[in-house]
Amino acid sequence: MSTKDAYYIPHKATWPVIGTAGLFCMLAGFANYLNGSSAGVFWMLTGLSIFIVMLVGWFTLQSTESESGTFNKQVGNSYRIGMMWFIFSEVAFFCVFFGTLWYTRNLSVPWLGEGATKEFLHPLFEGTWPTNGPEQLGLDKEGNRIFGVEFEPMGAWGLPFLNTLLLLSSGVTCTWAHHGLLKKNRSQLIKGLIATVALGFIFVLCQAVEYHEAYSEGLTLGTGIYGSTFFMLTGFHGFHVCVGAIILSVVLFRSWKGHFTPDNHFAFEAAAWYWHFVDVVWLGLFIFVYLM
Amino acid sequence: MSVFSAKRYDGDDHNTSHNLHEHHDEHHDDHHGPAKGILRWVFTTNHKDIGTLYLVFALAMFFVGGAMAMIIRAELFQPGLQLVQPEFFNSMTTMHALVMVFGMMMPAFVGLANWMLPMMIGAPDMALPRMNNMSFWLLVAGVLLLASTLFMEGGAPAAGWTLYPPLVLQTKAAFPFAVFSVHLLGISSIMGSINIIATITNMRAPGMTLWKMPIFAWTWLITAFLLIAVMPVFAGAVTMLLTDKFFGTSFFSAAGGGDPVLYQHIFWFFGHPEVYILILPSFGVASTIIPVFSRKPLFGYGSMVGATIAIALLSFVVWSHHMFTVGMPIIGELFFMWATIAIAVPTGMKVFNWVATMWDGAMSFETPMLFAIAFVVLFTIGGFTGVMMALAPLDFQYHDTYFIVAHFHYVLVPGATFIIMAAVYYWLPKWTGHMYNEKIGRLHFWLSTVSVNILFFPQHFVGLAGMPRRIPDYAIQFSDWNMISSIGGFIFGASQLLFLYIVIDTIRGGTGEKVTNEVWEGARQYGGGIVEGLEWTLPSPPPYHTFTEPPVIKSILPH
Repeated sequence: MSTKDAYYIPHKATWPVIGTAGLFCMLAGFANYLNGSSAGVFWMLTGLSIFIVMLVGWFTLQSTESESGTFNKQVGNSYRIGMMWFIFSEVAFFCVFFGTLWYTRNLSVPWLGEGATKEFLHPLFEGTWPTNGPEQLGLDKEGNRIFGVEFEPMGAWGLPFLNTLLLLSSGVTCTWAHHGLLKKNRSQLIKGLIATVALGFIFVLCQAVEYHEAYSEGLTLGTGIYGSTFFMLTGFHGFHVCVGAIILSVVLFRSWKGHFTPDNHFAFEAAAWYWHFVDVVWLGLFIFVYLM
Repeated sequence: MSVFSAKRYDGDDHNTSHNLHEHHDEHHDDHHGPAKGILRWVFTTNHKDIGTLYLVFALAMFFVGGAMAMIIRAELFQPGLQLVQPEFFNSMTTMHALVMVFGMMMPAFVGLANWMLPMMIGAPDMALPRMNNMSFWLLVAGVLLLASTLFMEGGAPAAGWTLYPPLVLQTKAAFPFAVFSVHLLGISSIMGSINIIATITNMRAPGMTLWKMPIFAWTWLITAFLLIAVMPVFAGAVTMLLTDKFFGTSFFSAAGGGDPVLYQHIFWFFGHPEVYILILPSFGVASTIIPVFSRKPLFGYGSMVGATIAIALLSFVVWSHHMFTVGMPIIGELFFMWATIAIAVPTGMKVFNWVATMWDGAMSFETPMLFAIAFVVLFTIGGFTGVMMALAPLDFQYHDTYFIVAHFHYVLVPGATFIIMAAVYYWLPKWTGHMYNEKIGRLHFWLSTVSVNILFFPQHFVGLAGMPRRIPDYAIQFSDWNMISSIGGFIFGASQLLFLYIVIDTIRGGTGEKVTNEVWEGARQYGGGIVEGLEWTLPSPPPYHTFTEPPVIKSILPH
């Protein structure tokens, strides 16, 4: 029996417990920080460091095993199924925030601006989108709650449109890199990945510029339901772009070290799937948050 | 050699690559036993070890959550305030629910899945063993975060397990801990579910097609799908609670254009599938046990699978029946009413199939079967009250009363929890190689079944008469039934100590009787649904690694 034929079952996994400890420490620290404890930040950073060490260690181990031929085709299938359902769970997570946007825009905001609610509670409120609510909520520079704030919603055709082009082209470069990998053209693979990662980070940079502009004009996370949905959706998306770009950077590093063959490159595929998922979420954002 | 065969490498995480090549020849049929010492359990990747961890954890949480229930019933023994402060009482109802749902029932079913799925489908282990370890430890971390809130300034969360704003936003120090606990429990469940889906779709032995798979595997496959679809939704909802409290967002505040009712919609979009996450694996276990002790094949295998799928899909479009009194457009009330009533059809199919399986069977009544029959009867009572509450105009009377408390305790205690006990009695001899004490088992069954009805049946009456839930005091006319309910509760609680005794006793040797591979007469023939029950072909207890070479799948039915 050759090793290729066996389903690999590892023994004595140390990284999962270390990762759990890191996450626990990070979240307990974050909770303490939110409760105003000064030790919170220390534990948060400690937990985060442990978590990062775990990620590096676990993924190094996986790639060593993969390159030494430990995983057969069936193991690869398990990984692919795992990644697919993980992305499905991410889709469900984003659906909550898209659903929130839909519900508030189309149902609850109009309800606030009609009938007895309007007549008795806040006769001046129109109930039209975009809004920061009957009390026109906002946050001042120190993060304190203020009322009666006027704001400008985000336009679609400046940076956001540029960002759309950036992400769409990064999807193209990613696929081009994949073709390079399949054709055993290593330089095309590496060039494609470099372009993808670069486009990803430029996207994040543009988002940062856009956030900075929004905040300096007084549009914040606290600007009523518009600010809440805008920053929550684009913020979680931006975080996912960062994660995706980091994953792609690791794949780039491994490609540069000569990993992956046309038959064995699950890490590349997983990263590419994730990247396309992030891409599709952005299209949703561009249409529902910026355009409409 | 086929790609499905599975030989194991004797490798730790850190030196796999060179061990691989050194060992692979001489270790052809070597079965490695468990590691020595306590670290075996910390670093284990073995599905049986992890299954045991989940089950032991669930048992511990059963008593933690049970102790909270005892406090609730003790306070409600008489009207007026006797034992605890109202805030603490509300913490107890909240924590009791969270501990029982996320700490006891879900982990127990994941534990059963870990132990049984690979053996049922002829796989060497779960598909992603390292992630399997992480899902268990994340569960422990999540429950630790939650339990720590009991000792915090302002007490544990007290707004109910649904965590509705704006009330929940008044929670003091416990608030962010509860939110992050939900995140960790969510990640743990999602990882566990991904693993189960990957195992079932990718690890079945050759010949074990989807339509020959044991029904327990089918129900878990569908449950895992539900979990992956809705746990992120709950995570999103509590994340918005967190930002509303600490970062100035207005998702659930009308002043900023948000809506507190939105939280209820999101929560129940998670929450309704969640209750089916608890009950679908129960259906799977009932469909496994009843045929064995009726010595007949399961009646209507295909319709059981179809009904499970139908229930799962319907669970996504019924959530607002939890919110009939919140002020919805009439068209919404009607839609959610009819969709909910529709669920009675596939559920009824299941109940009739179980009865038809027993019909004309050579039945015997060992403890697992007793619990399974009680499940069918008492779960159905809970199902009937569910149909009553599905009727929107009637629900206005029942809403937020003890009637709903009685309803969901009927489906979750003599429903899901009884079937977990049935599963433990059914498989414990297989797991340990020892037979439990049948006499004490039956005593446990009868005490539990009688007391659970004394405990929950009167709650229908006080509920219909208008006694609200989640309040430590009540009007004097509810006194008698509450006292009876509490007495039932104390007997039920005490009876569970018998269960603990039986489990420990069986692990330590039980009756001393030698257990065969098959354990139960007919288990091999009827315990697998369409095909032979594979776990009963293995020794009791099974070796540390099983089905390293895939088994041959034998059909029990004529084609």
